[in-house]
Amino acid sequence: MLTKIGTFTRTIHGNPFSPLTFFRYNSIVQLVDGTDTSIRRFLKQLPGVDQVGAESRAAMLATRSIKTTSKKWAIDCAISMIDLTTLEGSDTDGKVRALCTKAVHPDPTDPSVPSVGAICVYNDKVATARKHLDAIGGQSIPVAAVSTAFPSGRASLEVKKQDTLDALNNGATEIDMVIDRGAFLSGDLVKVFSEIVYIKELCADRAHLKVILETGELVTLDNVRRASHLAMAAGADFIKTSTGKISPAATAPVVLVMLEAVRDWYAMTGIRIGVKPAGGIRTTKDAIKQLVLVRETAGEEWLTPKLFRIGASALLNDLLMQRMKLRNGNYAGPNYVTLD
Amino acid sequence: MRIDIRKTYKLYIGGAFPRSESGRTYEVTDAKSNFIANPAQASRKDLRDAVTAARGAFGGWSSATAFNRSQILYRIAEMMEARSEEFVEEIALLEGVSRVAAKKQVDQAIDAWVWYSGWCDKISTVAGSTNPISGPFYNFTVPESVGVVGVFPAQKSALLGLVQAIAPVIAGGNTAVVVASQKYPLCAVTLSEALATSDLPGGVVNILTGITSELAPWMGAHMDVDAIDATGLSKELDKEVRVSGADNLKRIHKFSSSDTPQRLLAFMEYKTVWHPIGI
Repeated sequence: MLTKIGTFTRTIHGNPFSPLTFFRYNSIVQLVDGTDTSIRRFLKQLPGVDQVGAESRAAMLATRSIKTTSKKWAIDCAISMIDLTTLEGSDTDGKVRALCTKAVHPDPTDPSVPSVGAICVYNDKVATARKHLDAIGGQSIPVAAVSTAFPSGRASLEVKKQDTLDALNNGATEIDMVIDRGAFLSGDLVKVFSEIVYIKELCADRAHLKVILETGELVTLDNVRRASHLAMAAGADFIKTSTGKISPAATAPVVLVMLEAVRDWYAMTGIRIGVKPAGGIRTTKDAIKQLVLVRETAGEEWLTPKLFRIGASALLNDLLMQRMKLRNGNYAGPNYVTLD
Repeated sequence: MRIDIRKTYKLYIGGAFPRSESGRTYEVTDAKSNFIANPAQASRKDLRDAVTAARGAFGGWSSATAFNRSQILYRIAEMMEARSEEFVEEIALLEGVSRVAAKKQVDQAIDAWVWYSGWCDKISTVAGSTNPISGPFYNFTVPESVGVVGVFPAQKSALLGLVQAIAPVIAGGNTAVVVASQKYPLCAVTLSEALATSDLPGGVVNILTGITSELAPWMGAHMDVDAIDATGLSKELDKEVRVSGADNLKRIHKFSSSDTPQRLLAFMEYKTVWHPIGI
């Protein structure tokens, strides 16, 4: 059992490096201090993922039937967890404002529909989103910005830092950064780790940090588990599956492994890290499957927008249509929700 | 000695042949009440999936050129011709008529496809108009497709009624969700196999088999269905569908005659365009 016994700050190569995490493993005190040795020693202790087992467990949980009052609860819960997202080259201020309006009142005909968890945009649209949300009564809805040369992450550290600073200065209170998958796959774990640490330091207490693993490029579930722990050790507040720009994205086995990672992390450290599946979750059924996975893997404590988010755009309309079906008794059509 | 390889009668949704989501089937008997087959008994969720598929196919089908639609309808006639023996057998078995009478019905059904195929690129010329107005504008009125149409074909006809209901709906550029005759559903399934091999994009025609009284109210209340051909509905169901269909102003029609351009025009709406002269 790994036990966290403290964090401290120190300087490496003249740069501040925090937080650094100690672990006690079988009474040997360990330190993930950003050095290659410490990271490898830490990740080496993780057991491998039984891929067949993970797939069948995820498939089994997906068969669970959620109906009537539970379904109603699940739909509202899912709506409140959505990071309503627009990440297109063609985004305009108008589109972002429309999305913000929808985030506050997803269904204008029904005030009992909860607001969504957050708005997620590129960093140059953060100010527009923040301003519009504040103007229409959405002060409580955070704006998340994708950062660090999203979606590829192929830029220098300086550029990534500046990208993040821009978003923070424009009012983002959540930063969705991507890891350098190339570095991770080629074994340069220090680079991956240190980038997360640097960005976390910029976020400090101004924003919380979601680390996108882009699991579709990590190839194996073992890598997903390692990357999850690496991100958490480096200070992630959330681990997020994907950018949504490549497929496959948030598949059930991947989300299962990440939920197991946060569960184990909680057992080790007493700290709850959030999970955000993103990409490919388009229907109410998909969303409810995710909620079942959360409940059965990490536990009920994670069923809150503070610890679980769903990155999506089209999903919200389907949730609203299902909600109308529960309310009115007949099937709704896409004419009764907004076009995004 | 060889074991019979019997056909599984499945649904036709979005170009695929799924069983009912509910896993149910029901019993179909011949004219003498002998068991023939267990086709799928579609549930309201199958209907919902079919409407989603039809809506998804609508954009492409309605914007395809009328000439292209015409060719595809003709192709359906060709594919049915190749399967005519199977249709004859099914009609003779279900309706209890002679093979000669059954063959006549199949021929009429195939001819109906050809007839509606011809109408595809003529309907807007015949029903549309250039309107005289006092102003510097061209003024046209053209019929356009309404959207997703729920189709309840005549209950007492195994094949002909079905084709006479589907062909005009899709000839006009609509997509269809068909609930086949409850008693005579087998030809509908065989027709779907012909449709699947005739260049008709998946989702343009979706065919459900099952209990009409179970599915009709859901079709009537579905907010994403734009019109209904209620020919095969009983008086009570027709009334129920008209009441719930009023919610989204569905066009609901019942037909007694067949092969008339009115069946096409019932599922089209007129659009009038003003275009300034000289621009």
